[in-house]
Amino acid sequence: MIHFVLLISRQGKVRLIKWYSPYSQKERTKVIRELSGVILTRGPKLCNFVEWRGFKVVYKRYASLYFCMCIDQDDNELEILEIIHHYVEILDRYFGSVCELDLIFNFHKAYYILDEILIAGELQESSKKTVALLIAAQDSLVETAKEQAGSISNIIAQATK
Amino acid sequence: MSGPSLMDSLFQRTLEDLIKGLRQQLIGEQAFISKALEEIRKEIKSTDLSTKSTALLKLSYLSSLHFHDMSFATFHALEVLSSPRFSHKKIAYHGISLSFHDSTPVLLLITNHLRKDLTSTNEFEVSLSLQCLSRIANVDLARDLTPEVFILLSSNKLYVRKKAIAVVLRVFEKYPDSVRVCFKRLVENLENSDPQILSAVVGVFCELACKDARSYLPLAPEFYKILVNSKNNWILIKVLKIFTKLASLEPRLAKRVVEPICDHMRRTGAKSLLFECVQTVVTSLSEYDSAVRLAVGKIREFLVDEDPNLKYLGLRALSIVAPKHLWAVSENKEVVIKSLSDADPNIKIGSLRLVMAMVSEHSVAEISRVLVNYALKSDPEFCNEILGSILSTCSRNLYEIIVDFDWYVSLLGEMSKIPHCQKGEEIENQLIDIGMRVKDVRPELVHVSRDLLIDPALLGNTFLHRVLSAAAWASGEYVEFSRNPLELMEALLQPRTCLLPPHIRAIYIQSAFKVLVFCLSTYLMQWGSTASSASPDNLRSGVSASVSYESFDNLSVENGADATVTRGQTYTSASITNESILNLLNLVELALGPLFESPDVEVQERARNVLGFIDLTKLELLNSSVQGEKDLERRGVECSKTIELMHDAFSKELGPVSLSAQGKVYLPDGLMLVENLVGMEMICADIEPPSSNLFSFGIPYEEKDGVSFSNLQIEADSEESNEATSLLAEHRKRHGLYYLPLGKSEIISNDYPPANDPTLQGNINDNADDLVKLTEESLVPKRKSNHAKPRPVVVKLDEVDAKPVGVKKAEYKDDSLSGAVRDFLYGMKDMVPTSSQSNLPGKASSKRKGKEKQHTDPHVETKGNLVDYGNPSSRRRKHRSHGKERKHRSAREKNAEEREDTGQKEKEKSSYCHGRHKSRQRAEEPLNVSAQTTVIPDFLL
Repeated sequence: MIHFVLLISRQGKVRLIKWYSPYSQKERTKVIRELSGVILTRGPKLCNFVEWRGFKVVYKRYASLYFCMCIDQDDNELEILEIIHHYVEILDRYFGSVCELDLIFNFHKAYYILDEILIAGELQESSKKTVALLIAAQDSLVETAKEQAGSISNIIAQATK
Repeated sequence: MSGPSLMDSLFQRTLEDLIKGLRQQLIGEQAFISKALEEIRKEIKSTDLSTKSTALLKLSYLSSLHFHDMSFATFHALEVLSSPRFSHKKIAYHGISLSFHDSTPVLLLITNHLRKDLTSTNEFEVSLSLQCLSRIANVDLARDLTPEVFILLSSNKLYVRKKAIAVVLRVFEKYPDSVRVCFKRLVENLENSDPQILSAVVGVFCELACKDARSYLPLAPEFYKILVNSKNNWILIKVLKIFTKLASLEPRLAKRVVEPICDHMRRTGAKSLLFECVQTVVTSLSEYDSAVRLAVGKIREFLVDEDPNLKYLGLRALSIVAPKHLWAVSENKEVVIKSLSDADPNIKIGSLRLVMAMVSEHSVAEISRVLVNYALKSDPEFCNEILGSILSTCSRNLYEIIVDFDWYVSLLGEMSKIPHCQKGEEIENQLIDIGMRVKDVRPELVHVSRDLLIDPALLGNTFLHRVLSAAAWASGEYVEFSRNPLELMEALLQPRTCLLPPHIRAIYIQSAFKVLVFCLSTYLMQWGSTASSASPDNLRSGVSASVSYESFDNLSVENGADATVTRGQTYTSASITNESILNLLNLVELALGPLFESPDVEVQERARNVLGFIDLTKLELLNSSVQGEKDLERRGVECSKTIELMHDAFSKELGPVSLSAQGKVYLPDGLMLVENLVGMEMICADIEPPSSNLFSFGIPYEEKDGVSFSNLQIEADSEESNEATSLLAEHRKRHGLYYLPLGKSEIISNDYPPANDPTLQGNINDNADDLVKLTEESLVPKRKSNHAKPRPVVVKLDEVDAKPVGVKKAEYKDDSLSGAVRDFLYGMKDMVPTSSQSNLPGKASSKRKGKEKQHTDPHVETKGNLVDYGNPSSRRRKHRSHGKERKHRSAREKNAEEREDTGQKEKEKSSYCHGRHKSRQRAEEPLNVSAQTTVIPDFLL
């Protein structure tokens, strides 16, 4: 299974991180510090796998972002590379040629998309189209809710309650 | 504190504002964040859910990307969760799955929220709560929500169903009893045609099988169907992973799956699937030669590929094949060795492992040569990686693969001279270990040590200090093999030795002491022989010494390995003259004089010892040399006696010490053990006998003291004084090194004597059978006449050096879960056990028998198996908590019942479950028949 997904910029800034196994806050910072040290220092034409604390970390760089996933010893690295690519393609479709800034300002959306692709550390949806549809459906749900909440009358109703 | 007003909610910073502000960094990141946190703390207490949820979103952002604690907001997150709005729920669930953990206090409060959302009609809400449950589930949540998840498992909304399936894994993990409720529906989903559902189920089984594969053997037919029929690579990869686990347990299953897997290997264009096939074959199907050949062919394609990923994976796959099919590695030898100079450190390490796997008795020299050359060229990290693996491979199993120890010792010397070498400690241990174990290698060891000691440049490298200490020890201990002791002395006392840490310096001084004693005694002996002195002391030692030297001369001549024939006595006696002895003494005095005041006690003590010894002997030596040989007899007798005494003391041989040596020291007669030693224990608790400098003592009498002392303690152990026992246990824990292995003292089988017990020294050969020790006879020329240089004897202490029995592997990591699964699976089949399920040793034969009987009489076999089944079940019962007791009893009741009697199922099974069970039963009727005899083949027929 996938233990966590980490998106990290070339400067070592975390752009997204999702934990599928329990890690305490302290461990989380440590993990990220260690991994960014290992991964960011690796040259461009090396293999995409790093052995780390008895786990394997599969990473791939897209533009200025490193997408990393930490997996068990007997998981298939190439499969994980495909999942990473799958995620990137879906992000790309959703944001329209995605860039780092999109992820910075829409960090929660990146999470929601990831949640449609992975659950409990496993791949749940391998169709890009389905994911796009699901996300769109949820977005519209959120939008209608927002419209209601955003109207001035609503705010006044809230305030005077 | 005033609550947030309307204005606050109107002008609340949104997440976007927060991110923008952070990026502008007008007041510095930390300051900005703490200000934002302050705002959030205020906003999150708002009664307006929109304000609250925005605050929560911002907090989630700060928590996940800037690692700020958000535990203060757990309750507020629950409040947001209760909002009817989807957008709020989404934010709340996100925050919760980020911040909740098993010990979050408000975890209890979330159960109802989750239940409500799990039963919601909005599939996205269901999805959110499943998503969250998969992350935060604990025992209570898993138990309380099992019914809801169970219903969702057969939901007609595929979107919900696949998520529910994935979540089931967590629920099982936390609450194994849920298996009884949910497992059947999970299995049913294996027959679903939707690839997403199938992918989810197979993913769950893949994870479950990783923990305990044996329980899932009965499901093999379903997996086989998927393996053959599925076209989806994601699913195939997972199924292959399951078969990797199952096939190694059940050889007949392996036979079935090997063909389909090879088919996939030939057909597929996807590298990930191809690699998974290869991995399955090399891990679990390595007996099938054609499959392995095919896989190795594919590995070769990987290895020569441009893509470093494939190359890396190819190397890894090779390293899995290596132990069973070494030919696969040798076939790709070139690529592997070439990869040693790859740019990628991961690939380099992978190929290094493979190269080490190729090492054998014959190739060790060649491979080490290649590797040392690589080490010279490569970066420090990889250099040490190489050296470490050479050292560990060569020393494996008491230098099993080393035939030519002279070569190995010089290789060790060479390795320590590599500039990046940081393996000093390991090299030190091996040098000393070899010196003690292999007698034949000592001349070469001294030679190598001399080269190391004499080079002043090496003293500056702190990583080498340990090696130098070993070299100093070896050249002191085996100084009789030295070609030029005087030169050695200079090396040991050179000024740069002040760079050494004190404990190593102490070893240097002690070695210098040994060398000095050796020189003096040789000198005296030489005088004695030229003066043909009749002093009985001198005569005896002179004779014995010359015998041994002559024999060494012979040895070197016979071996032809050493060009310098002028060794031993001839050389030494020529070089040691009056003058050189005087110089020697002066040198020692000069070098050690300043150490009289050394702040380090070890150094100071040893320096004083040496100087004291010189004081004792110098005067008389000088006189004797001045006044000529006649006086030597009279005046030098006393000092020569001293020297002889010291020489004798130092020439006692040190051997490797058996761990059980202490047990052989007999209890002295007069020793009283009834006294309570608690007081002593307190005093001694912190005094550690010397350990690190064990070899620096000529004969470690201290060791003997330690032995008897420990004996006392052990005896005291049996005194049953409670306090003392606990103290002892503690002491034992801390200083376990000095204790006998528990309960082992009676079963010491090997008769190897305690290395330092002088009384036993004489008759080693008599009582050590498997331990052929080289004694004087081995040095007699005729023994050495065969020139082929057989592997020298390596002294072994069998019962100690044998690797401790590997820690028993935990059979089932997740006992209760797999137990529940088994109960269920086998219960489902009405307790008809499969022979493959047994893990008792005696069952192997019955399995085979079963195969023969397969077509003759299944009923007989059934009976046999039913009887057998009692064993594993009762065994398991022992392991598990009493809570499972009930289930087992019901299981065995069932066992007694007739198969058809499904009507009396246990109460836990609800009615709907029951109905399905029945149909399932029918569906699996052929399975049952086969399960009585052999499991898999019949399934697949």
